[in-house]
Amino acid sequence: MNDANKRADRLSSLMQQIPPSGIRKFFDLIIGRDDIISLGVGEPDFPTPWIIREEAFYRLEKGQTSYTSNWGLKELREAIAVYLEKYDLHYSPLNEILITIGVSEAVDAVLRAMLNLGDEIIICEPSYVSYQPLAALCGAVLIHLDTGINGFYPTAEQIENAISPKTKALMICSPSNPTGRMIPGEELEKIARLAQKHQIWVLSDEVYCELIYDGKKHCSIGSFPGMKPYSVILNGFSKSFAMTGWRIGFVCAPPDLMNQVHKLHQYSSICAPIMSQYAALEGLRSGFDEVEKMRLSYQQRRNLMYKAFAEMGLPVSEPEGAFYIFPDIRSTGLSSDEFASELIEKYQVAVVPGTVFGAGGEGFIRCCYATDVGKIKEAVKRIGEMVKAHR
Amino acid sequence: MQKRIKKAIVFSMEEILNLLKGDARLSAEDIAAMTKKSVNEVRSLIKQLEDEGIIVKYAAIVNPDKVTEQRDSVRAEIEIQVAPEREHGFDGIAERIFRFPQVKSLYLMSGSYDLKVIIEGESLQEVAFFVARKLSTLNGVRSTKTHFILKTYKENDVLYVDEKTDRREGVTA
Repeated sequence: MNDANKRADRLSSLMQQIPPSGIRKFFDLIIGRDDIISLGVGEPDFPTPWIIREEAFYRLEKGQTSYTSNWGLKELREAIAVYLEKYDLHYSPLNEILITIGVSEAVDAVLRAMLNLGDEIIICEPSYVSYQPLAALCGAVLIHLDTGINGFYPTAEQIENAISPKTKALMICSPSNPTGRMIPGEELEKIARLAQKHQIWVLSDEVYCELIYDGKKHCSIGSFPGMKPYSVILNGFSKSFAMTGWRIGFVCAPPDLMNQVHKLHQYSSICAPIMSQYAALEGLRSGFDEVEKMRLSYQQRRNLMYKAFAEMGLPVSEPEGAFYIFPDIRSTGLSSDEFASELIEKYQVAVVPGTVFGAGGEGFIRCCYATDVGKIKEAVKRIGEMVKAHR
Repeated sequence: MQKRIKKAIVFSMEEILNLLKGDARLSAEDIAAMTKKSVNEVRSLIKQLEDEGIIVKYAAIVNPDKVTEQRDSVRAEIEIQVAPEREHGFDGIAERIFRFPQVKSLYLMSGSYDLKVIIEGESLQEVAFFVARKLSTLNGVRSTKTHFILKTYKENDVLYVDEKTDRREGVTA
């Protein structure tokens, strides 16, 4: 059918420059194969808590199937405002909180509302895979900050060295996908001072903030004095409430930025699905007991997997949050891609090569421990066999 | 300080207990890895749970419907009204009831009846016969009401219906 349209420029040249996600290749390798244990997923292994699912049925039954305000349901924004107080974040539900289609839409909308052609954005890598292409689509220049040299969290010093007069924004994620590391409070405070000194936005992806282990607490960049005018808080329900398929995220920012984000969201999405918004609201009202059960279960499985990698002799930082672990496989002499490919082909275990996540990822693999204990034990046993075979 | 130590032990025991409730065959080694404790510490906490009678025994959970399919058995719930005894209240009669091997569970209830009994037998007749001959003739039993169980959906937090919820794609970001 495309033969008929012979225009050379019929596709966006900017879009064509965006590489496809590196995860795709591995996805294709394992699709339809039941014999593979996948540690390659990026979502909880729990279904959404019943109390939340049941609320959505009720709303559907009542025929509450309309659009909501472009900002999202007022009750949900109010509940989010109250929830954020626990992290010392103070946002008005009226014009500083907007409900999006997952955090992904929020990232896209904020970047487009903020970046001009040629603006620089510093992205702390390895990072979630959507930040770079979405920023590139805005014509921004990506500055890849390799946090691998510092145990996988960015330092203020490192960031300051990357700042130029063109730097507009800094993208951080703590706890991090793919490493599970957190930025320590003291470091965040220094980063906050930097942002103010150089007048740059800090986009903070906090979607894993409820999944933190060993009694540690989440610290948000937006909670430091004077940071509100520089902060964009991105969060959502997918990971903490096991609600990936519902697509509910939210963004908190000062009103002037929010007005731009609001326009974009209005034109591209109108609003997030209303039943999902009601479900999320029920999560905030009565879902935290379930969140705590899931958190404890992830913690136990993290402990199991961390111990297994340590015993294999692979250097690995202990993840403090999220549900990923990022071991160093360089001692095998293989690249991340070679390691992940051989692991699928010969040992039937799927992981994601670190290179997919940008700078600092080469030599590492991402393994997700949101899977059952039996599978984790079998998978790490097989990984151990492969590591041994390469020594 | 001592209170805090005690609280930590209670939390540790509860965590181990919940893990074993989910899978009684988890090894002390696995539990140690999952809770960041030494194997010896886990063993001693489990022993403490056993000694205190908190962990009563380790038994397989069997799907009752699959068993009844295989060897023709039926289960019934029986509501019993009893006249409590002066010395023993309900415990005396309860003890006479739970000693029957046919009785699988027994509860003292509030509300319109007193004892709830789950019994298992090979046929409707056998169960009915047991109720008529053994239960209703006990001293103090005023009335019985028998309800046959047709299907078990969930028991003690375990689902007996297939529910495949993991529809996750193999590799995602």
